[in-house]
Amino acid sequence: MIPLLASKLILKCLERENVEYVFGYPGGALLPLYEAFRTSPIKHILVRNEQTAPHYASGYARESGRVGVCLATSGPGATNLVTGIATAYLDSIPIVAITGQVDRALIGTDAFQEADITGATAPFTKHSYLVQNAADIPRIIREAFHIASTGRPGPVLIDIPRDVQLENVKTGLTYDKVDIMGYKPNLNGHSGQIKRAIKKIKEAQKPVIYAGGGVVLGNAQQELLAFAEKNNIPVITSLMGIGAFPEDHPLYCGIVGSHGYKYSNVVMNGADLIINIGARMSNRATSHLTKFEKDTDFVHIDIDPAEIGKNMETNIPIVGDARTVLSELIQKDTVTDHAAWLAAIETIRIENPLVYDADPPCSDLINPKVLFKDMSEMTSDNTTVVGDVGLNQIWSALYYRIIKNRRYYTSGGLGTMGYSIPAACGAAFATLDKPKEIFIVCGDGSFQMSMGELGVIAEHQLNVNIILITNTKLGMVRQLQFDNYGKGHYSGTDINFDIDFMKLAEAYGIKSYKVDKNADFNKVLPEAIKHQGPTLIQCQVHPDFIRI
Amino acid sequence: MEKKTCLSLLVENNFGVLSRISGLFARRGYNIDSLTVGTTEKTELSRITITVTGDDQILTQIKKQLNKLIDVITVIELKPDDSIIRELVFIKVKADDTTRSQIVEIANMFRANIVDVSRESLVIEITGTRYKIEGFFEMVEPYGILEFVRSGDTGLQRGGKILSH
Ligand SMILES: Cc1ncc(C[n+]2csc(CCOP(=O)(O)OP(=O)(O)O)c2C)c(N)n1
Ligand SMILES: [Mg+2]
Repeated sequence: MIPLLASKLILKCLERENVEYVFGYPGGALLPLYEAFRTSPIKHILVRNEQTAPHYASGYARESGRVGVCLATSGPGATNLVTGIATAYLDSIPIVAITGQVDRALIGTDAFQEADITGATAPFTKHSYLVQNAADIPRIIREAFHIASTGRPGPVLIDIPRDVQLENVKTGLTYDKVDIMGYKPNLNGHSGQIKRAIKKIKEAQKPVIYAGGGVVLGNAQQELLAFAEKNNIPVITSLMGIGAFPEDHPLYCGIVGSHGYKYSNVVMNGADLIINIGARMSNRATSHLTKFEKDTDFVHIDIDPAEIGKNMETNIPIVGDARTVLSELIQKDTVTDHAAWLAAIETIRIENPLVYDADPPCSDLINPKVLFKDMSEMTSDNTTVVGDVGLNQIWSALYYRIIKNRRYYTSGGLGTMGYSIPAACGAAFATLDKPKEIFIVCGDGSFQMSMGELGVIAEHQLNVNIILITNTKLGMVRQLQFDNYGKGHYSGTDINFDIDFMKLAEAYGIKSYKVDKNADFNKVLPEAIKHQGPTLIQCQVHPDFIRI
Repeated sequence: MEKKTCLSLLVENNFGVLSRISGLFARRGYNIDSLTVGTTEKTELSRITITVTGDDQILTQIKKQLNKLIDVITVIELKPDDSIIRELVFIKVKADDTTRSQIVEIANMFRANIVDVSRESLVIEITGTRYKIEGFFEMVEPYGILEFVRSGDTGLQRGGKILSH
């Protein structure tokens, strides 16, 4: 067998995993790998700061259903990945992060650009590897992709010393079968627990399905729809569960949580059975639920056994894949008449309507709730919206309707500002050959955290539309200051310099618009959609518009 | 209700496995009372015994979280009734011509070994359950304990059952 340079072997292994894009940034410890990139069919996308690279990989993964890959050099490059890796971990997004490391002999000596990245990321990687032998590369890369994408997905890190990349290896790509002794995710629900669940579903008078990110990640939307329709059970989602169920469906009951709809929280509180499918029940999702009635039953379906019973006592745990378990539940006879409950929900809905109105001076500028409602009408069924963090995120999550093939992505678990631009770019790379409209929704604060990536948008002429909500404030924190300390108790939340975003966009050759009336937004939006290439619409919202 | 539990783990001997396990305890705020590691009949595997204190909910979470670690192959609870759990302790006790023979006698009663003798001290090696060791400490306390070191619990299931993957 002809010996192969390890750096080439790495890329060959990535090819075998069907990797199309690597989102990365070079440096000394990656010189051998970058030399190999020159002759590889894998496309390297130069991000403008490693901090965004995992978000690209995340957006790519969420849009394509495949593993996203990011790459950074040793030391500062690697530590720049940390927030993005943690972001992917909290949202269970399958990414593989590859980092360069100093030569093996230098590890532990505080060498130039040495950082213990496997140690630093241990709390928020699903697994990590420090490659000590080039011969292990095929096995490690195969395992990393397997671990990242199966069971409960998540980030896996591979740290590769520079001198390992330079080794000549005689091993082929023969490593195909993954056999990790301690990793055998369980997909099929336990039949005894499924039986118990069925009994509860039959008995329940006021059941609710609570769908989380697990339904979206597990591609179980069709099964959920069939199950809910067959049994007439209303569906509420978490923030990560947006897209699990069509929002124009009569059984759809909104988004729960401190930043959810009021009516959804009321409905959930009134349920006597909550069928939780792939939702973590995090503090943010449940804080606005008052005490459940003593006899509320909880069925919790989750691929990760550790999630069940972690945040909420569960009487019927079902460890398994959302799609597999739902397919099984659909087969069973569970149908009961919930007409009274559905009627009660209608009343709750009417008593707790969504409020769109605003008073002056807020009503003088853009009303963001109306903006996203209007945008729902004007965009195609093939739209992906990536929300950043802040008020902009909540408005887009609550008022833009996810129906048909639409998708909504956001950093739900970690709430990482700066997520939207790179994640949307990742999604754009995943759909270059598909008719897909991609929208970035961000605030003036979050935009500035990742605006260097406009360079990537411009370079690749990505078809993304940026809805930039400017309120000259770090709006959501300001809202918290108002709620906690009262009017005028604002501190550190003014974005004082009035940036000319039109000039900024122009500098990157991005077509841009600035609007301060909803009617004007509605005029420019179709134009922006029609435009081939990136656009930016700056939407001016009054700083005091803080209601969600 | 808080209780002490002894967990036995079979793990792959991979880079960083111990720091992953101890890191898990630190970051989730679980208390480790003791942790021992050693090789096994297979070179690529190690066995870890961890003693922890917590209520049932925490213990369940600990087991689940440990099981999530890729390097961890099996986690079992060593129940006192059907397992053997022992600890090794070295104790340095003050001893002079008037007390030495009394201490040796106590050590003999506990089947402990004298492993070092000097003019003013004795080092005693004792293996046993937590209760036996506590009892021994109580007996030699009056003579003056200079220092001691404990290995932490380690254990095996009784009978033919083995911990494998
Ligand atoms: C990286 C990071 N730093 C700080 C925060 C805390 N934080 C949450 S929302 C927010 C304000 C966001 O401001 P902007 O992007 O302008 O959005 P707006 O709320 O004004 O719509 C801040 C600072 C965060 N979530 N992420
Ligand atoms: Mg803002």
